[in-house]
This record gives sequence, structure tokens and C-alpha cells, in this order.
Amino acid sequence: MLASILASGLAAGAIYALVGVTYNTMFSTSRVMSFTAGQLAMLGGVFGSMFTLKMGMPILVGFLLTLLGCAIIGVITEFVAVRPVLKSLDQHLYVLSTLALALMIQQVAAIKWGTEPQPFPRLVGWGSGVFDEKFWLPVVACAITIIGLEYLYRRTLVGRAFMAIAEDNFAARALGLPERDLRVASYALAGVIGGVAGFSGGELLLAFFANGALLNFYGFVPVALGGLGNNRGAIIGGIALGLFQQAANFLVGGIFSSVAVFTLFIVVLLAAPQGLFGAATARRV
Amino acid sequence: MTAVTTTPLTRSETRAFRAMLPQLAPFMGILAVAMILPFTSNDYWALIGTRAAIYWVLVSGLNLVVGFAGHLAIGYVALLTLGAYTTSVLVAGNVMPPVPVFAALPIAAFVGAVFGVIVGLPALRLRTFYFAMSTLGFATIVTQIALAWQSVTGGGIGIVGPEFPAPFNTAWGYYYLCIAFAAFCTWMSANVAHSRFGRALIAVRDAEVAAEATGISKPRMLIAIFLFAGALAAIAGGLFASLQTYITPDAFTFDLSILFFIAILIGGRGSILGPMLGTIILTILPEVAAPLAAWSTFLYAVLLLVIVLAMPGGIAALLDYRNRRPLASNRAIVPRPATLGGIVRASTGGRTLSLRGIALSFGNVRAIDGLDLDVKPGQIHGLIGPNGSGKTTTLNVISGYYAAKAGTMTLGEDMLPPGMPALRASRGIARTFQTPRVIGEASVLQNVMIGGTIEGRATFVEALLALPRNQRDERMLGAKARALLGVVGLETLADVRADRLQHSELRFIEIARALMLEPDFLLLDEPAAGLSSDEIERLAALIKAISRRGAGVLLVEHHADLIFDICDQVTVLNLGRTLAAGTPAEIRVHKEVVSAYLGA
Repeated sequence: MLASILASGLAAGAIYALVGVTYNTMFSTSRVMSFTAGQLAMLGGVFGSMFTLKMGMPILVGFLLTLLGCAIIGVITEFVAVRPVLKSLDQHLYVLSTLALALMIQQVAAIKWGTEPQPFPRLVGWGSGVFDEKFWLPVVACAITIIGLEYLYRRTLVGRAFMAIAEDNFAARALGLPERDLRVASYALAGVIGGVAGFSGGELLLAFFANGALLNFYGFVPVALGGLGNNRGAIIGGIALGLFQQAANFLVGGIFSSVAVFTLFIVVLLAAPQGLFGAATARRV
Repeated sequence: MTAVTTTPLTRSETRAFRAMLPQLAPFMGILAVAMILPFTSNDYWALIGTRAAIYWVLVSGLNLVVGFAGHLAIGYVALLTLGAYTTSVLVAGNVMPPVPVFAALPIAAFVGAVFGVIVGLPALRLRTFYFAMSTLGFATIVTQIALAWQSVTGGGIGIVGPEFPAPFNTAWGYYYLCIAFAAFCTWMSANVAHSRFGRALIAVRDAEVAAEATGISKPRMLIAIFLFAGALAAIAGGLFASLQTYITPDAFTFDLSILFFIAILIGGRGSILGPMLGTIILTILPEVAAPLAAWSTFLYAVLLLVIVLAMPGGIAALLDYRNRRPLASNRAIVPRPATLGGIVRASTGGRTLSLRGIALSFGNVRAIDGLDLDVKPGQIHGLIGPNGSGKTTTLNVISGYYAAKAGTMTLGEDMLPPGMPALRASRGIARTFQTPRVIGEASVLQNVMIGGTIEGRATFVEALLALPRNQRDERMLGAKARALLGVVGLETLADVRADRLQHSELRFIEIARALMLEPDFLLLDEPAAGLSSDEIERLAALIKAISRRGAGVLLVEHHADLIFDICDQVTVLNLGRTLAAGTPAEIRVHKEVVSAYLGA
């Protein structure tokens, strides 16, 4: 049983972590927590299944098209739900605008794709039992994404520009960084990461429209645990959440695992409001 | 006729009632339409009418959370679900002996209230998004539990809803019952909204820092309304279950949450009529547009986006004719400090506010570095110095927004605990802010009344039911606020929305709000900034009058003339240290002060 807990826990954890990173990627350049994060991961599964199974494209082509589709949705998020409300960030209108967009995405998916979970193709065909690809694929995808992001943020000019904007938006603009273009780019990047989460987790979660709302919450918990905008925190939080949830699932049964996750969420928020790795708040007066 | 004996009190009450009438009329109209609906239509409309009434029972509570407190509770369908299952399970008796439905409803309300608070816990300390998420998370798990806990909830098959006894077991009988519930809930939520609790909620939403300075405890406020909103949501759930006659987890889709939520947003923040109209419209809309039923969530979402982007004020803003009348453009603030004596009791504390060795750093910057300061009652103490010398930081340490890293603060004999800004008001310390922090969407009068929130004696329950003590509080706060507006010279603007006022007027509102506490110490943070020279003169007279009532005033200011004109003592700060302290005459000739700050 330990092996099953570890396998499914790591797999689910990796998906939650990736959704958490999706939240953070959007947050870093805009200070907006967007409800579309979970929907992007849902679309990763739905697009993947649609391109490869329904349309019969090769896996690689389907994968790339999925990422493209998710990136486009990410950019749409920026244009429709984020840019218009950035002026009044303190009123939290972004909560409503991104929620509205997320609901539209979910509803279109439900109507056009169907409300039943649909199968996702086998991608590689290696491994069985606890080493089945549906367990290790998300973990590998998560690891590759982290390495890619580290490379982007530390070694490339664009990545450093992202960091500059995340660190101090005003100063970055004063330096002449194209803040708006970089923000759009970060939303596209977030779309890609969400797409990777959904595609790699497709065999585990299937192509199901309701995954969006679920991943919105389960992907936010690691962000809350790790602190807003903290990718390292989100990864650790996500893996920990996955293991915790699957352990609860195997030990006390399905319903109580979601209760356990919710309780954990509330308790952590009350005990460490800034997250376990977060920084203190800015001055208020 | 006994009209001859009419006392001034009852006359003022009739006047108050007449002033309320325009506000009351729409509700009466809606109620009248609701009452005659059965005589003009069929059972199909009974269903829709009942549904609208039940939704409103939930929304009237949720409105206090979303519309007044500004917390985005997006998953309230979970509490509806909880109430529906609790009532149904209790009445069906599949865990314990069956309970009559009128006993099951209060139990469900209790359960709903408890969970309302649990879900709301993150809102007590964290940003909006966390609360939105916790309600969303709760909504997902409640449905999962309802599906999985088959022995109690019947799982996917469902459970029979409670049945109400005669005369409520017919379509129209039940309709009238639900209308009665809805009317009662409207009355209660209106009572809260128009009490000091309702104002405090808006204050916490729009001017949290100022709310703390007036002694409003955000957690306590929020817990009270989470209890109330949770209870109403659960009662609505019980009624909903009975209307459905049979409930499954499918009956509680997330769409419902969105409907509740959007009804409030369409209606407008801080309004009751608006959300009520919103609820009615959104309940009827899918019936009228039946072919679009599959796309209803999509339409709600589009609606939500349009409201957020195009009309954030909602219906309430459209209906707010009063605040579209132009204000006189040549108005002047003419305070009448002489009248202060009749309103604010003389401060007799005789205590001194003392700071000893206060130190505070932000990172490596020493904002205050070993500061000693004594503010004596009845004196005006000026605090001046160049930018960044630690003046405002000192005020923030005294009012508890920052906890000093070293040093002590005493008020008379008592230690003043570091931090804890919400406890300052009860110790007689009031303040204003460098940038005025007023509630733009509330009237000037309401803004001033906020200042006296902790003076109120009625509890939340008394406010909920409009019991006499609450009415007394309201009359007392209202009269005092009007009188203080007279003192600062703004009484003609009492009913105007505060965000329509000029900057200088906001400064005087803040002073009136601070005076509501009848403070022993008043901390003024650059009250003259942005004022004309005439206004500064009037401000000086006002501050002098305040200190003559026995209050100690600590005045942070850049206008050297004002400082030297009215202060009894002046402390000059530089780089967080005292550069000089003494009477204005001494400071004016102090060599270092002149070279560092005043200029030659």
C-alpha cells in the first residue's frame, strides 16, 4: 500500500504543484490570482484527448497543439479578465473577472466536449503497476518544467526581465522594460505550464470538464502553503499535498481525504497566513 | 385627538419615518406584488415565486458578507446544500428519531452558522482571494461528501425532502410561508445594515486601517455576520429541499452559487433593494429564456464579466438619484469650535502619554531611534522634522500599527501594549491620517458615526431585531455625529456620499470622526496638508478648542507657521532622533533646527 500511496501521491502532487506554478506565473507579473489556472490544466487534458484520440493526430503534434491552445487561452485571460481590472487592483475585481472567464471556459468545455470523463491515450507505453506511466509522467513533467523555468529565470534575458517585474513593477518600468508585453508573455507561459499539467496528468485525471474547478482548489492549496508567488514553495507544497491526500485516501477513505485536505488548508492559513515560505506583508499605513 | 400633547421626540420620529418612506416604498411594492401573485397566476408561477423567496432568504444574509463586508464568498451553495441535507436527514429520521420540520430548521440553521464561520476563518486574516478559494473548496467537498456518504445522504440516489404540515403543504400555502421568511430576513438584514454593525462592516471593507483606529474589531464583526449568513443559508436549504420534494447532489450545482453571487453584484454593494431585484430577475430569467437553459451558466458568467467591467456600482448606483444632484461649488468649511463644549465632555483624565526610548527599524533603516516624548493633557504638542525623520512612524507606533522593537509607552500609570491598533480607541486615543481614510460609498454622516462605533451598547442580536437599546444607540450616534459635523462646519453635506467631497472637507470629516470618541488624546497627521490659508486658520482655532476641552493633541505638520502659532510644546525629529524639544519660542531660535529644517 505504501508503494501505491507514494506513486499516486507523487503523481497527484506533481499535477497540483504544476497548477500552483501556473498560478504563480500569472501572479508574478500582474499580482493577480487567476481562476483560470485550474481550467488551463483541465484544457490540457481535454485538448490532448481531442487532438490525439478524436482527431487521430500523432502524440507529439497533439501535445504541441495542446500547448498552443492553452497558451492562447492564457493570453485571452490577460486581455479579457486581467488587463481591464489592473488599475483597481485593491478592489479585487480580478477575482470576479477571472472567475467569470473560468466559468465560461468550463461551460463551453462541458457543452462542446461533454460532461462525461473521456479517455486519454497512452503516451509512452512504459511501466506497469506502481511504475505505470500515468504515475511517473506527471512527476517527470513537473521536474522538466522546474528545470526549464530555472533556466529561463536565471540564464535568459527574458527570464530576468520577468524576475525584475515580479520584484518591483515600477522600477522595472522605469528601466524601460516592456511591462505589458512581458505580462502577456507570462500569461502565455502560464498557459503552457497549465497545459503540461493537464496533458501529463491526462491518464490519471482523464479528459473531464469538471477537473477545472477541482484543480483550481487543489492547485491553490500549494500556493497558499508555499506563499504567493513562491515557486519552490508551490512545488514542495504540491508534492506534500498529493502525498497527504493520497495517504488519507488509502487510510481513511475517499470522502474524508477531501475533508482532510480542506481542514489542512484552513489550519495552515490560520497558523501561517503568509504561507510556510512566504514573506511578510508590506506596510499598510 | 391627543395631537396637542405631541412631544418633540415623537415629532422627530415622524420626521424620521417620513424620511425613510422613499427607501421603504420599493420594498412595500415588491411585497404587495408578492401578496397578490396567487390571485393572478398559476402553480407554475407559485414555484418560481417560492424559489425566488427561498433564494432571497440566502442572499439577504450573503449580501452582508459580499455587499457590505466585501468578502467574495463564491461557494455559498455549499451552505444551502448543508442546510438541505441536515433538514431532510433530521426529518426523515435515518440517523436518529425523526424531528418535526419546524424543529429541524433551527438545528440546520445552527449547523449552517457553525460552518459559515469555519469557511470564513481565512477571511479574518487574509486577502480576499483566500476566502473566495476556501468557499470554493468547501463547495467541492460538500458535494463529494453528499455523494459518498450513502448511509446518511442516500448518495447519488438522494433523499426525500422534508414536508411541511398544513396549511403549508399546498403550492400557494408554501409560497406564503417562504414569502414570510423572506420578508423577515429582509427586515433583519436591513436592521443590521442600518446599525453600527452595518457601518462597521463597510468601514472594514473600504477603510480598514481607519476602522481599526476607531476600535472596530474586524474578526468579531465578520464572525457575527458569518454566523448570520450561514444560518440563513441553511434555512434556505431546508426550504429548498422541501420545495424540491426530493434532493440529490445534482440539485446543488455551482450555477446556484453564481446566481446568488451575481444577484448581489448586479444589485450593487451596500444595498439591499438592489440585490433583491437582482435575485428576482435572475430567478425569472432562465424561465423566460428557456431555450438557453443549457447555456445559463455561460450567460451568468458573461453577465458577471460585463458587470465587473462596465458597471461596478450595479442597480443600486443606477437608482441613486440623490447623489447625482450637483453640490454647491462655492461652499466653504466654516467650523464653529465654540459649540464643541456642548457636545464633547471635558476630558478629565489628567494622564500623560509618555514614550520612553522607542526604537523601530525597517530592515536596516532606523526609522525611530530611541525617542522620548510626553504629550500632556490639554496641550498641543507639535512634532516636526524633515521627510523621513520618523514623525508618522511615531504616530503609527502610538496607535499600534507598528510594534516598537524597544522602549515603553505609558498612558498615565498604565502600559500601552505595543501593536494592537483596535485597542487604542477604548483607551481614549483617536487619530487622523496623512491621506484621509474615509468610506467613499457611505454618506458623510455615516462616516462620522463610524467614529463612535465602540460607544454603542447594543449587541449584534439586539441590532438584528431592532430592539430598543439599538434604537437608542442609533439616535445617540446620529445626533452626536450631526452636532460634530456642525462643529467642523460640514453639516450641510451630512447626507452626501463622501467620495464627492473635496480633499479639505475629508480632512475635517476625519477630525469629526475622531471627536466622536471624545478622545483624551488626538493624533493629527498633517491635518493642514492641502488646505487653503483660510482653512488652516480655521483648523487652528478648532485644534485649540479641542485642547481646551482637556485633550492632549499630538500634531504632525509641515506648516511651521501653524505649529509655532498653536503649539505649547514642540519636538523636532531628525533621522528618528530628537533634534530639539521645547517651547515654540525656543525651537524657533534653535541653531541646529534652523539649519537642518526651518532654513535660515
